Amino acid sequence: MSAHEHDHAEDHHDDHGHHHKETFVTKYIFSQDHKMISKQYLITGLFMGIIGIAMSLLFRLQLAWPDHQFTIYEILLGKWGEGGVMDPSVYLALVTIHGTIMVFFVLTAGLSGTFSNLLIPLQIGARDMASGFLNMISYWLFFLSSVFMVLSLFVEAGPASAGWTIYPPLSALPQAIPGSGAGMTLWLVSMAIFIASSLLGALNYIVTVLNLRTKGMSMTRLPLTIWAFFVTAIIGVVSFPVLLSAALMLIMDRSFGTSFFLSDIYIAGEVLHNQGGSPVLFEHLFWFLGHPEVYIVILPAMGLVSEIMATNSRKPIFGYRAMVASILAIAFLSTIVWGHHMFVTGMNPFLGSVFTFTTLLIAIPSAVKAFNWITTLWKGNLQMNTAMLFSIGFVSTFISGGLTGIILGDSALDINVHDTYFVVAHFHLVMGISALYGLFAGVYHWFPKMFESRMMNKKLGYVHFWITAIGAYGIFFPMHFIGMAGLPRRYYTNTNFPYFDDLADVNVVITIFAIITAAAQLVFLYNFIHSMFYGKKGPKNPWNSNTLEWTAEIKHIHGNWDGPIPHVHRWSYDYSKMNKDETDYVIPGQDFVPQHIPLQENEEELHH
Amino acid sequence: MTAFLVVLVIILFGVAIWQMGKIFEMSKAKQSNTSEIASDKDNNINGWLMLGFVLLIYLILAICFWKWFDVLLPDSASEHGVGIDNLMLVSMILIFFVGIITQWLLHYFAFKYKGEKNKKALFYADNDKLEFIWTIIPVIVLAGLIIYGLFTWSDIMNIDTDDDPLVVELYAYQFDWRARYGGNDNTLGEANVRLIEGVNQLGVDASDPNAQDDVIVNELHLPVGRKVVFKMRSQDVLHSAYMPHFRAQMNCVPGMITQFAYTPTITTEEMRQNDHIVAKVANINELRQKKNVDLAAKGEEPLEPYEFDYMLLCNKICGTNHYNMQMKIIVESEEDYKAWMAGQATLAQTLKQ
Repeated sequence: MSAHEHDHAEDHHDDHGHHHKETFVTKYIFSQDHKMISKQYLITGLFMGIIGIAMSLLFRLQLAWPDHQFTIYEILLGKWGEGGVMDPSVYLALVTIHGTIMVFFVLTAGLSGTFSNLLIPLQIGARDMASGFLNMISYWLFFLSSVFMVLSLFVEAGPASAGWTIYPPLSALPQAIPGSGAGMTLWLVSMAIFIASSLLGALNYIVTVLNLRTKGMSMTRLPLTIWAFFVTAIIGVVSFPVLLSAALMLIMDRSFGTSFFLSDIYIAGEVLHNQGGSPVLFEHLFWFLGHPEVYIVILPAMGLVSEIMATNSRKPIFGYRAMVASILAIAFLSTIVWGHHMFVTGMNPFLGSVFTFTTLLIAIPSAVKAFNWITTLWKGNLQMNTAMLFSIGFVSTFISGGLTGIILGDSALDINVHDTYFVVAHFHLVMGISALYGLFAGVYHWFPKMFESRMMNKKLGYVHFWITAIGAYGIFFPMHFIGMAGLPRRYYTNTNFPYFDDLADVNVVITIFAIITAAAQLVFLYNFIHSMFYGKKGPKNPWNSNTLEWTAEIKHIHGNWDGPIPHVHRWSYDYSKMNKDETDYVIPGQDFVPQHIPLQENEEELHH
Repeated sequence: MTAFLVVLVIILFGVAIWQMGKIFEMSKAKQSNTSEIASDKDNNINGWLMLGFVLLIYLILAICFWKWFDVLLPDSASEHGVGIDNLMLVSMILIFFVGIITQWLLHYFAFKYKGEKNKKALFYADNDKLEFIWTIIPVIVLAGLIIYGLFTWSDIMNIDTDDDPLVVELYAYQFDWRARYGGNDNTLGEANVRLIEGVNQLGVDASDPNAQDDVIVNELHLPVGRKVVFKMRSQDVLHSAYMPHFRAQMNCVPGMITQFAYTPTITTEEMRQNDHIVAKVANINELRQKKNVDLAAKGEEPLEPYEFDYMLLCNKICGTNHYNMQMKIIVESEEDYKAWMAGQATLAQTLKQ
């Protein structure tokens, strides 16, 4: 049934089995090996994540105890925290950069970049990415953009502070907010480089998946991880350039006097010359990327979770074809729902109706996925490895956060909860926490693959998971309530509205949970770094998994397999498959059949 | 109550950490290269924790409701808001129903099917009938919800000008609001930021005959029971006019005029008598009283007691003082409104001064 058989893939890189001499620089810095690049992505992403989460703790402190003076502000924020009092404009800078870093640098590059790079060649049976060189460039552009973003924290007037959505005119006019000066310029430069990086990466992933699959690896035998990365890359290629165009127009409005987004503005005592532009245009362009972006974040996590869940349930993923179809449906719908961020922006109400319709449709493939995951657990033999716990946690937060999407996607209901903490709670659960769980699950599961069979400590992993799981709900559950009480987001303090005085204790609870949850991440960091050097070496295929990466050499060699690339004879989900007579597993005594094992005599073939 | 809550949180975490400790002890396996892979013991402990966790989620839910139900918004003070609240209730019941069941299944399965060495998993790859069922059920339910939602939405957004609504301009700038009434002719004069000069803060065209009787104020008064059409303008950056008690929100966009309409149905006085609001205000004043004790100790000014008023907030990040951009809204009887309006200076009068 396989239409795509790629003979050329097997002999593709035969000469790469031999080692050419590698220096420190070519091995660890300007490496073209996908495994090293994936580690570079992960470590850069984690580093940015530390900054992003630290920022969130600072503004959570401010929200919980607005009248209290914290020396930590003075230490970390310098002139913006003088006397232990946080400056209102730096509060906005913190939420802006927190959002930017978490969405783009941690969850896009850190998650998709890490695992697409690690798993695409290894799971499809390729010696490397289609272009190792472009792959290297992609990482270093990402690194450069991270450097710019971090640098922007140190400019005189402060970093960008117009919210991570950087709506003009606020982001266009330095008169409107101090952060819209040099800080905003650096933000835009950083994002432009980031987009270039992400496009190079995405094109590489697409080409690799299409062309370099080993013999027998038809599209319908791909693990769901690869489907997810592949489709994610396509969405990225479709939508990221639109953000680049928006960024370029914003740069021109800021520096060259154009009026794409500006019109009829009187600020700081004078009328600006700009006329005829519209901020709503920017919102359209931004969300044309911005919405697919949340799926760029969540789809790879879904792929990782599907794979980990099947492996640890010792069962095939339930409804493989429906899972693929729903990934495709989500990807398609994700590009036609951006307007649900704009119901009350002054956009034509009729458009609001259209976007409500398409938005609520997304609930259908999402529901199918959730039900299929739950059914995958049913009658399984669940191996509670840390990665499995995070995968179950993922489904839980994805359901909780996804359901409130039904409220927000409904234009009529959105009127009153738009831009309140209800939205903050919703997207943090459904894409923030869920995607982070996907990232953690992936790290715990593939750590042995990344670090030559070293394994992370499971006990520390359990501690990490359970505190995070409780903490995440502790933070974001109460947040729905303050949103439904009408509290707007991005307020430096709520004390100017006595009406909100009774929400103060909710904010305290949220902050306490946030601090505890962040502390649990230190356990992860310790575990990660310690295991990198001192982790116990486990077996070659520690989770008894079917996918090809576990057949590759433990020691990282360029080319992945010392000998010929294995051929594929089945899909990747033959867990606990019985022989024809139902007397034993297909391979007696072993409850899994890796993809490279040919069809056994006593086995019924499934159509995959 | 805060103290209680904090204690509760600490206890819950204490329990969690204590159980973590137990895992540590129980799972001290012999040193071998498979020691970082979950053993039957790990499966068992984590399976039970999964069961505990789903119960904890329900508990958190119950605590949140019990503790914070009172902070939610009171009954809608506008006509269309009742429709929004009904739709919200229907949607909430639906998502709670689905959420409670799916979370239970997920965690219960995680508990029930926790791994054991000699257990066999069921090879169960597909079931078209099942998948069809759980595709078609969301389709039907969402179709209903979409249709219900769209009717509500178009009722709100299609502004019918036949019933002679009151026209009010909401004017946003960093960091305050102004309201402009059409005056006797109920028609707003033309305006543009290029005409801003001196007292003509809103850039109203002084030569426009419609503008002469316009009234500009910094406190929004609305007659109860009459439809109001708000025309939103912004002077500098994006703002959003958010009136949570009226279930109303619309962005103010420089360079264009946006609009939103509603009919206020409950006067400020009536809302102050509302049970929900009475309880909320009593609670707020109690909190402020407590705070005053601290303030007095520090020798600072005490907080004034709080009295409920409707409010207009800025709900789109607009700059450093975004957090304090508000205007009071007063809904009153037609007579009170007229009396108040009679006391306001028209634009022509203001400009002459």
